[in-house]
Amino acid sequence: MKKILLTATMLLALGAVAQAKDVLTVYTYESFVGDYGPGAKIKAKFEETCDCEVKWVSLGDGVAVLNRLKLEGKDTKADVVLGLDTNLTAEAHDLGVFGKHGVDVSRAKVPGGWTDTEFLPYDYGHFAFVYNTELIKNPPNSLEELVNGDPKQKIALEDPRSSTPGLGFLLWMKSVYGDKAPEKWKVLKKRILITAPGWNEAYALFTKGEVSMVFSYVTSPAYHMIEEKTDKYQAANFVEGHYLQIEVAGVIEASPHKALAQKFMDFILTPGFQDNIPTINWMMPASATSAPLPSEFDKLVKPAKTLIYSPQEVNAHRRDWINEWFKAVNG
Amino acid sequence: MNGSKQLMAERTYQHFAAQTLVLSSVFLGLVPLIWFAISRGGIAAFRLDAGVWDVLVFTLEQAFLSMVLSAIPGLLIARALARQDFPGHAWLLRLFAVPTALPAIVVVLALTSIYGNRHLLGGWIELYGLGGILLAHVFFNLPLAVRLFYEASEQIAPENFRLSAQLSFTDRELFWHVEWPVFRNIVPRVSALIFLLCAASFVIVLTLGGPTATTLEVAIYQSLRLDFDIGRALTLALIQIVLCFGLVALSGRVMLQNVTHAGNQLFQRRYDGRGFGARFFDFTMIALGAFIVLPPLLALFSSGMTQIQISPQVLNAAGFSFGIGMISSCLALLLAWNIAQQSDWFSQGLALSALIVPPAVMATGWFILLRDFSDSVSVVIATIIALNALMALPFVISILAPAFERNRKKYDRLCAQLALSGWQKIRHIDLPLMTRPLVQSFLLAFILSIGDLTAITLLGNQGVVTLPSLIQIQMGHYRGSDAAGTAFLLAILSLICAWAAQKFGDAHDLD
Repeated sequence: MKKILLTATMLLALGAVAQAKDVLTVYTYESFVGDYGPGAKIKAKFEETCDCEVKWVSLGDGVAVLNRLKLEGKDTKADVVLGLDTNLTAEAHDLGVFGKHGVDVSRAKVPGGWTDTEFLPYDYGHFAFVYNTELIKNPPNSLEELVNGDPKQKIALEDPRSSTPGLGFLLWMKSVYGDKAPEKWKVLKKRILITAPGWNEAYALFTKGEVSMVFSYVTSPAYHMIEEKTDKYQAANFVEGHYLQIEVAGVIEASPHKALAQKFMDFILTPGFQDNIPTINWMMPASATSAPLPSEFDKLVKPAKTLIYSPQEVNAHRRDWINEWFKAVNG
Repeated sequence: MNGSKQLMAERTYQHFAAQTLVLSSVFLGLVPLIWFAISRGGIAAFRLDAGVWDVLVFTLEQAFLSMVLSAIPGLLIARALARQDFPGHAWLLRLFAVPTALPAIVVVLALTSIYGNRHLLGGWIELYGLGGILLAHVFFNLPLAVRLFYEASEQIAPENFRLSAQLSFTDRELFWHVEWPVFRNIVPRVSALIFLLCAASFVIVLTLGGPTATTLEVAIYQSLRLDFDIGRALTLALIQIVLCFGLVALSGRVMLQNVTHAGNQLFQRRYDGRGFGARFFDFTMIALGAFIVLPPLLALFSSGMTQIQISPQVLNAAGFSFGIGMISSCLALLLAWNIAQQSDWFSQGLALSALIVPPAVMATGWFILLRDFSDSVSVVIATIIALNALMALPFVISILAPAFERNRKKYDRLCAQLALSGWQKIRHIDLPLMTRPLVQSFLLAFILSIGDLTAITLLGNQGVVTLPSLIQIQMGHYRGSDAAGTAFLLAILSLICAWAAQKFGDAHDLD
């Protein structure tokens, strides 16, 4: 008991230790840092290039990062924010706390190119339905086939109210079907067994064998092929194209370490950062890596077409579209 | 008389301090949020739409059903366990402590390995829908109810059973004259607890129920997170507060004065439940409880056992969970010690405040206050501890209150005569007599705290990773099997604590 109290006191005291070097505070989402994320390696690489220290402040997910900024406003302690996606950047811009990232946008290699001078992409991933090859022999070749498929073959989705991939699929349906989206949701509803609060829950139930298909990323099979040496899980290629998620970083205008922050932004599009993306964050790198990607990445689905709404469109319609979805699946 | 007056005054002061602390932490959660909402959107920020009624109806429906399905069988199983002995009796009770520590998603996964597609009992119950939600809620709350009722029945004076046997009471007469007067006191409290837990359920409701099953908590979460509409979140929270406080006040009216006879501390021996009919009924109830709780636990153990790894991050997480659990349980006990001695409905409501006021709302309010220190590890840990202590408070109180009641009946006059008060009274009367309830309530608070994810999800972790949050992280990185190993460790940790608590309680019991 005494030992525990002592440890706890020491932990409490840790927060008070003064830091001498220039500290760059970076807000990000939880899975980017920690023992399984690329955060620690990226921090070490960047600290080699400067006499500074990177301090990750991790929050639940991209939405939580944005909400933290909304709560803190101009008083935010962040110098750099890393982990928003393009569905959130319009709202983030409206906060008025972000400055220019100062990096040549032509260096960012994302589908459709990049022009935003406020937010800089660090990785991207197309969404896809990942299926269990032992349960599905003929995967759907299109969103239309998915919607009209056998209702007995169940799928797992994420809830767009609580999950970014969930919102991604809602936008995918909307971008393919437009005004017809609600009726398509009504048809698809028969196949939906699970609408999980987050990707974690949906994917866990999928690998458990509860459903034969789950909404995830094109890159998900790469994990299973590389880390688990199995081809059991594959992504379905849809002819209508795949919706894209681009993850971005931005610099806080009022940051006292703005030069350092911009140096970090520049570092984002170098191999020192990007090498850690494909097989740790399991997303596609936003610029060249020092070595070619593992051969398993060649086997991944290459979407024929990329679907994406502009951040402004998402921001303007998200609420209405979620209400529309809610009515359709509850009708 | 003088001594008695002094006693009263002293108590009031301590109670007042504990109550003020709880009340102010709730207000410190709500007020900054209200201020924030008004400063951003004016009064118009507090608004509501029609859909909220459907949400409300569903919340009440599923919470009510879950409560009835957990509390009534829970009472019968507790009674059966109290009067029947059999090999494995103690272990069954210890295993009943485990579900409380498990994160919701772990339970959902365990349930699917029993009732899911292509599994043992697949198709027995419609897992994805109201049936599954109720099953998961009963899995969580039935064993909790059993443990709370069992603790209460341990408080019945042993002479009552002897006297009943001498008077040849039938089991039914014994139930109404001896057991029910004790249960009656905590039935409203336990029911209210389960009701609130289920009303606040989030991951289970969404995962198994889908968008059709939207509860108030889901709506609050959506407003707080996705829409960042604090006005709406507050309005919804306010509805929840009014609703729940109403329910608690109502259940407080049902609660009658304790009429049990406080006897001598003797080994409790039961003479009832010996007939064939009674034994058959009791063992059927025990089997039912075991049938609901054990198979998913077994599934969890068997899938996790082979996956367990003692890596530095797992040890680190276990250390954080243990430390945070210890401190927050001590805090909960300290607060509960003072509040549990009061039986007015205001104290009852206060005890439940952390469940009545959605923790998500409270934590956001606290964050607004503490935002200048939000990046400091110590503030994050302190907040997690405070929130966990508040959330454990109602559980701790449900165990302590009946024990206090008994002590008061028995020793208050004696203490007054001897002018025994303050620390002396605690040392000579309360502590020795309350070892068992204290240890059991500490255990419950600890188990609740090591399994909690609310605080850490809301505040961000700053490097603080507990066992449940490690499970989340592992699942988020495709490492489902590592997560199964961590969940196994969490379950084993709570089982060991349940075992240790019982051993400790028995060793220090005065019997």
